[in-house]
Amino acid sequence: MLAKSRKKNQKRKKKRNNMVIFNTAWKHVRRSPYQALAAIFILIQTFFVISLFTFVIFGSARVISYFESQPRVSAFFKEEITREDALVLEEEVNATGKIAESKYVSKEEALQIYQNIFKDDPLLLEFVTSDILPASLEVSTYEIEDLASISEILRKSPFVQEITYPQDIVSSLTKWTSAIRKVGAVLIGVLALDSVFIMVIIIGIKISQKREEIEIMKLLSATNWYIRWPFMYEGIFYGITGAFFGWVFATGVLLYATPFLKSFFGIPVIPISPLFLFGLLGAEVLVAIILGVFSSFLAVLRYLK
Amino acid sequence: MIRFENVTKKYGTGAVALSDITLTIDKGEFVFLVGSSGAGKTTFLRLLIRDMLPTDGAIVIGDWDITKLPNNKIPQLRRKIGVVFQDLKLLTDRTIAENIMLPLEMSNMDKNTAKQRVSEILTQVGIIEHALKFPVQLSGGELQRAAIARALVFGPEILLADEPTGNLDITTSWEILKLLQEINKTGTTVVMATHNNEIINSLLKRTITLDKGKVMKDDKKGNESKADTGEEKSKEKKEKAASDAQSEVSDDSVSESPAKEETSEVVSKKQEEESEKKEEKK
Repeated sequence: MLAKSRKKNQKRKKKRNNMVIFNTAWKHVRRSPYQALAAIFILIQTFFVISLFTFVIFGSARVISYFESQPRVSAFFKEEITREDALVLEEEVNATGKIAESKYVSKEEALQIYQNIFKDDPLLLEFVTSDILPASLEVSTYEIEDLASISEILRKSPFVQEITYPQDIVSSLTKWTSAIRKVGAVLIGVLALDSVFIMVIIIGIKISQKREEIEIMKLLSATNWYIRWPFMYEGIFYGITGAFFGWVFATGVLLYATPFLKSFFGIPVIPISPLFLFGLLGAEVLVAIILGVFSSFLAVLRYLK
Repeated sequence: MIRFENVTKKYGTGAVALSDITLTIDKGEFVFLVGSSGAGKTTFLRLLIRDMLPTDGAIVIGDWDITKLPNNKIPQLRRKIGVVFQDLKLLTDRTIAENIMLPLEMSNMDKNTAKQRVSEILTQVGIIEHALKFPVQLSGGELQRAAIARALVFGPEILLADEPTGNLDITTSWEILKLLQEINKTGTTVVMATHNNEIINSLLKRTITLDKGKVMKDDKKGNESKADTGEEKSKEKKEKAASDAQSEVSDDSVSESPAKEETSEVVSKKQEEESEKKEEKK
């Protein structure tokens, strides 16, 4: 019983202490609002850029995976090739174990697809019959790297007249994505460094302004952490506020641009799921807390010896 | 209670603030610390709250050798010792009640208990009606009382007061002294640094006289002769300086008269020359 009540008391004391520290931190923010705004603005910029690059990287990854999941190679058969011949080739390709899906498209099915695509243009439909469209085999692989070897098998087959696969699109897209990732990483790194420096300077200025008060508090029996914690909380506050508003602005931009992006890509890249968006917010808040703690700790070490 | 064992304090500049001090102050004692400016009174008090470490020697308070006290124990030490600073060190952006509440907040005391304690202590020092005022709204004596209240808020075993009557008129000084005596009567050891002869001589308490960092006298019954205190010395110095200045001024006035005569001669000569020139022109 005694131990329980002691534990309860300790918990209450801790809570009270946290409240006092939080109030002091809030007072620091309120009493120098322009410094607080400067810190928050730089953090908003950082997290805005982080959010935008995350959207771009996420979007491009979805574009790549979309292309990767599509039938990559289409092999068009010669005129005289029958369904049975095509089946032999399909089995040969499937035997490699690299195939996610393979589908034989007959002349009639090809005509149907053609008619679907050009249903609004009767002139194009008028002269086309199933005879002039070749039958084809559409093959997709698990890994994009396997496409080259599969297309080689298809090309060498005596039944096949022509093969097509959008490897160039994927490889150039992959190159772009990796370049965007690198630029993003550098930009985010620089902005994060800026944020840390600015927060260190601002919290440092506040510590210097309160030097006399801190001296008095120390003489009045304040522990070092009683003095340090409000500044740490202040850094965390700047971080969380910056991360939240940076995310809000970036998400706003994304939602605003969604109609345009949808028609631009023509593939289901957008909308990004709310789960992903809130997951991003959570991750950014975590990063913001780490940034805030790191910066204020640097300031405290530098200015509060 | 308090024991100084061969304590020496030298500053980085080479100045010796205290030199080989050995003394003991018992529990419940009322001690005056006197000496001229720079005698080492403030250093003596700052050493007691571990605001600085001695260069040499040991300082023992109760069971603690505070020179060997780890840094994380310093707040505990400072809760045992109340200090009334010479410049008061009240936070100007907080009310008197908030100033006094501050040490209690630091110790995680429950808010209601802390408020109650603050009102008790403000009643004790007689400024409860000023609880919600800011330091700028109070007179010197009231501020001094507020500083004393803050020093007493933990109910310390020792109270250090650095020149608590320094800037006060005689009546207020006596009121403050009366308050300190009442605190002493409750068993608190009081160490008061002062310049005020009148107070020292009328109270007849133990008086430690410091001069250039050394204990010159340790009178168990005070009765400080005027010549021993720093104030008197500084008064003498001031008087001497004033008389020197006066004599310089009078010398100047003596030497001024021939100069004045010289200038009047020059002026009269010029006037004569001008009148001669006028006559020639005519």
